[in-house]
Amino acid sequence: MSEFFIRNIWLVILLPAIGTVVLHFFGRRIGQPIAGWIASTMIGLSFFVGLIAAVPLFQGTAEAHVAHVFNWIPALGATAELLWDPLSALMVLVVAGVGTLIHIYAIGYMHGDERFTRFFVYMNLFATSMLTLVLANNFAVLFVGWELVGLCSYLLISFWYVRPSAAAAGKKAFIVNRIGDFGFLIGLMIIFSTFGTLSYTTVLDDPGKLLGAGTATAVGLLLLVGATGKSAQLPLYVWLPDAMEGPTPVSALIHAATMVTAGVFMIARTSSIYALSDTASIVVATIGALTAFYAATIAMAQTDIKRVLAYSTISQLGYMFLGVGSAAYVAGVFHLMTHAFFKALLFLGAGAVIHGMSDEQDILKMGGLWSKMKTTGVTMAVATLAISGIPPFAGFWSKDEILSSAFARGGWWVVLWAIGLVTAGLTAFYMTRWFVLTFLGEPRWDDGIHPHEAPKVMTVPLMVLAALATVGGLINTPFKAGLEHFLEPSFKHLTSAPAGATVWLLAAVSVAVALVGIGVAWRLYSRTDRAEETWTWSIPALWRRMGHAYYMDDVYGTLLVAPGKLVAAWSAFVFDKKVIDGIVNGTGTIVRRIGAALRPLQSGFVRSYALTIAAGAVGFVIWFLATGGL
Amino acid sequence: MTVTAGWYMTLAAVLFSIGALGILMRRNAVVMFMCIELMLNAVNLTFIAAGQELRDLTGQLAVFFVLVVAAAEVVVGLAIIVAVFRNRKTASVDEFNELKG
Repeated sequence: MSEFFIRNIWLVILLPAIGTVVLHFFGRRIGQPIAGWIASTMIGLSFFVGLIAAVPLFQGTAEAHVAHVFNWIPALGATAELLWDPLSALMVLVVAGVGTLIHIYAIGYMHGDERFTRFFVYMNLFATSMLTLVLANNFAVLFVGWELVGLCSYLLISFWYVRPSAAAAGKKAFIVNRIGDFGFLIGLMIIFSTFGTLSYTTVLDDPGKLLGAGTATAVGLLLLVGATGKSAQLPLYVWLPDAMEGPTPVSALIHAATMVTAGVFMIARTSSIYALSDTASIVVATIGALTAFYAATIAMAQTDIKRVLAYSTISQLGYMFLGVGSAAYVAGVFHLMTHAFFKALLFLGAGAVIHGMSDEQDILKMGGLWSKMKTTGVTMAVATLAISGIPPFAGFWSKDEILSSAFARGGWWVVLWAIGLVTAGLTAFYMTRWFVLTFLGEPRWDDGIHPHEAPKVMTVPLMVLAALATVGGLINTPFKAGLEHFLEPSFKHLTSAPAGATVWLLAAVSVAVALVGIGVAWRLYSRTDRAEETWTWSIPALWRRMGHAYYMDDVYGTLLVAPGKLVAAWSAFVFDKKVIDGIVNGTGTIVRRIGAALRPLQSGFVRSYALTIAAGAVGFVIWFLATGGL
Repeated sequence: MTVTAGWYMTLAAVLFSIGALGILMRRNAVVMFMCIELMLNAVNLTFIAAGQELRDLTGQLAVFFVLVVAAAEVVVGLAIIVAVFRNRKTASVDEFNELKG
């Protein structure tokens, strides 16, 4: 059974693809909610195929397997081949597993939307693309998946395209990702020109043979440019907060749990290239740490229930970058997994709140939802503790492993560890603030809103994810490094977390910092229902800046978008109008002038034409006689 | 006195000149057509004479082409003239100047 699925691992990709095609052509006839169940079944089956195929890997009885599907572009070394190894298996299980839960949740969330089936077409297409991305054994296949998830992201962000803000957000996400892809593509070209192929088997096995240190740095940095675009890191993070315009299940699946982690996955996958270049690794880790801190400060001052989570996602992705940049690939991927659990949970919970509050998204207008939405409240409390890094919840184990691995590398990484530690405190602060303002305290609802618990189809996925967010971290603890053991075959150069007393000391420090964050937020926000003002009063200027994300959109608008628009306007209204149109119109004018000059020759008198012809003939005869032929 | 090729050529030149002058001087379209036929047949005469002189059948071959083309041209040309005459009640080419620049 496992053997069969490992050899035909493309089934994992095919199943949601079938769902896409069937729903695309027959979705309208199938109607809701059946269409949603079909989509969920497809991705669920995909999960089970992946699970069965992963069993031999869990048992340690199987090696990595490369499944050759077909020859695609032989000249580019681009073969459609899939790799089934521990890393891709873990990614498939996370993507398909969390994906299934979110699909089911979306059946409830999207209930009544007139483009219900279209939504599931896109969701299944996304699953297909993401699974292609993680299963690729070839940079060309990876790139296909990479672009397709970008397309799905665009389609789903602007799903409610009649809202101008949603359409603009989709466009922004697409364009910013294109900027990242530009660097990514150049990186792939360098790889191809160096190795003559794009297959992982050749490139990643021992890249040091052909790749010099300088080239390795260049490739590493260019791949990082692609990763910062897809994973919303500095300086290309700006699209992710706006991506919250999409339906909440989309935010959970694509913009929190899976797609945005593609950059982390890609860096982990190309770890043998980063092993050749300390510079590239340091840049990855530094960008990660800075992003984590930067986004956490912004998240502290947001008032939109989804924007807090969006900036939190950027911040947590920063942690993952810090992990993979410290060569702690297992820690990075581990955090990717636990983050997929608790952040999907947070977004789905936020969706349940928005659903119950009749589309209210401002947390200052919430409060007191605990008694109205028991299940959502409890699961959100679990998620908040998990992301804040309180043991034994999942986030604690993974975040702590990243921090201690960074600390263990020493030197510059200790600075990054310190940044990460401060960020852990900020994370605990903003998540507690988020939770308290939403669920506790006095109700601050607008009139006419009657909060109610979400239907079963939405709360069951919440409970499953809450369970995962609680125990998911236990697969890799200092007591029993199960995940590390499992993933080891995928990584050759690995920093492990320090052993012994150090790790406990570091863990104690980070838990203490997290508790301080929780305590401060609790004091500030649970006492009074007008807590926002007490804090705003003390440092209003900084708080306002953080609330507006440091006006970074305006800075980008002034520095990049405005000049771009000027160039476009110049091209359209000066260059095109004067130069291009000038050439075209000038040609026409010249022809017309010549025609006007020659027009009198056409006199209308047949006999004058005849005379001209005769004169011409006589002229020729004379010329022939005079010159004696041609 | 033998009739040599030169005689035929001279006759052809005279016929051609008459035709050419007719084209230049007459304004009735039908007469101009007749002049064109005269010129074409003058050329035919030179072909025949040259072919006879040079013992080459190509001359006669060319004449057949000219005859066929001339016949086709007369059909089209006369049809146009008749059509125009019906509309304008005149066959004077000087009146037909709608297409002047």
